[in-house]
Amino acid sequence: MEKAVVIKAVDNVATCLADMTAGETATIRIDDRETVITLQNDISFGHKVALTDIAKGGKILKYAEVIGIASQAITMGEHVHIHNVESIRARGDKA
Amino acid sequence: MTEFLGYRRPDGRVGVRNIVAVVSAMDNTNPCANRIANIVNGATAIATPFGRTQIGHDFEMTLRTLSGIGAHPNVAAVLVLGLSLATAETLAKRIRPSGKPVEILGLQEAGNTMALTTEGVRITADLVVAATEQTRELCNFSDLIIAVECGGSDTTSGIASNPTVGLFADRFIDEGGTIILSEPAEFMGAEHILASRAVNPEDGERIFEMVKWFEEEAKRNGVDMRGTNPTPDNIEGGLTTLEEKSLGAIAKGGSRPIVEVIDYSEPPTKQGLVIMNTPSAACESMTGLLGGGAHMIIFSTGRGNAIGAPVSPTIKITGNPHTALTMKENIDIDVSRIITEGEALKIAADQLWDEMLKFARGKITRCEVLQEDQLSVSRFGPSV
Repeated sequence: MEKAVVIKAVDNVATCLADMTAGETATIRIDDRETVITLQNDISFGHKVALTDIAKGGKILKYAEVIGIASQAITMGEHVHIHNVESIRARGDKA
Repeated sequence: MTEFLGYRRPDGRVGVRNIVAVVSAMDNTNPCANRIANIVNGATAIATPFGRTQIGHDFEMTLRTLSGIGAHPNVAAVLVLGLSLATAETLAKRIRPSGKPVEILGLQEAGNTMALTTEGVRITADLVVAATEQTRELCNFSDLIIAVECGGSDTTSGIASNPTVGLFADRFIDEGGTIILSEPAEFMGAEHILASRAVNPEDGERIFEMVKWFEEEAKRNGVDMRGTNPTPDNIEGGLTTLEEKSLGAIAKGGSRPIVEVIDYSEPPTKQGLVIMNTPSAACESMTGLLGGGAHMIIFSTGRGNAIGAPVSPTIKITGNPHTALTMKENIDIDVSRIITEGEALKIAADQLWDEMLKFARGKITRCEVLQEDQLSVSRFGPSV
């Protein structure tokens, strides 16, 4: 059983299927390819890990759709969540 | 055409339950409605906050919802309570076209709450005894409306339980049934996908407009929706943005074309996938789905949300292995093997299908046996 899943081949994040610790590797199958990612942080079950480096302002892709933008530079293997991703929609605070 | 056993009602609609509803027309007779339903086996109280001096849109929403629940095909007969007979009749006359027995009582005419309770118990007991003479007969899936709902979502919702519900929804529609997908605020970031599936281009536009209304609401209030939606428990469960939550949420609607877009508590008029405009809060949304005549609600949860609707059996399904364990007593269907063993979604969807058939035939859900239900009618303005 894989410890992280990617939903669509173009996605740049995977979802961890177990509580994982920094330094641990996750084997991720994308179509017929296998990618091995070394985690930079402890990542909880259900949380996301970056599959590539993502520049500040870059799009976060899951389900082959944009789920937000990077609020700071993200590197491969890093935990991707509210500390480094911003929502684009319903931002009354920025209106 | 697949068939199931249901209760045929005078208006031709079909029920999967045979409940007698004690409906309180306004909040001020709720204690009596609750008391009567507690005393009479087989009765369910329909008691919601508000109603009195509501005006315009809100009053219409309350009336449409309460009359929709009274006329609901899972309900065999109704007793309406009002502060006066006139207020009870205002609601009762909108339930009577269903052709089922509808009785009314007024508190002021009864004299006091003890007298109203006594008279209400007598009438409700008679209605229950009479209702039990009805038997189930063969009905088609084309007579059934199933709503799909999610709450307490996390990333397993979008990977496991919602896509399972989505596969189920496709099969159910292909067999002649109707599915309602609601909560357009949680289409945000995914609305283009749904809008492109609308058969009628005007419905596609309405989908964009509904989502825009909720988004503008965040702007009018000057807030970042995060922390409210996704909620703190969504975020703890790994959902980062509303867009991510939405993309997972729409998966439970499956992939079939959208045939109709309806307002809160409105009954669908077409067969297939229907969108209802409701807020994202589960109780408010399910109340609207119930008012619109949904026979059953399939409720997908990740982190865990145990609430259901009265009258419409609410089937709880989770793909989160932790929740499946800790919330076992509240969960009807565990599909967490998708996560733990990589089980195919198709197998999970078949499991949901088999269980749905049992619930339609009368097997009771965890929400029903534990009476985990709550009604809240949506409102937008003040009472005067």
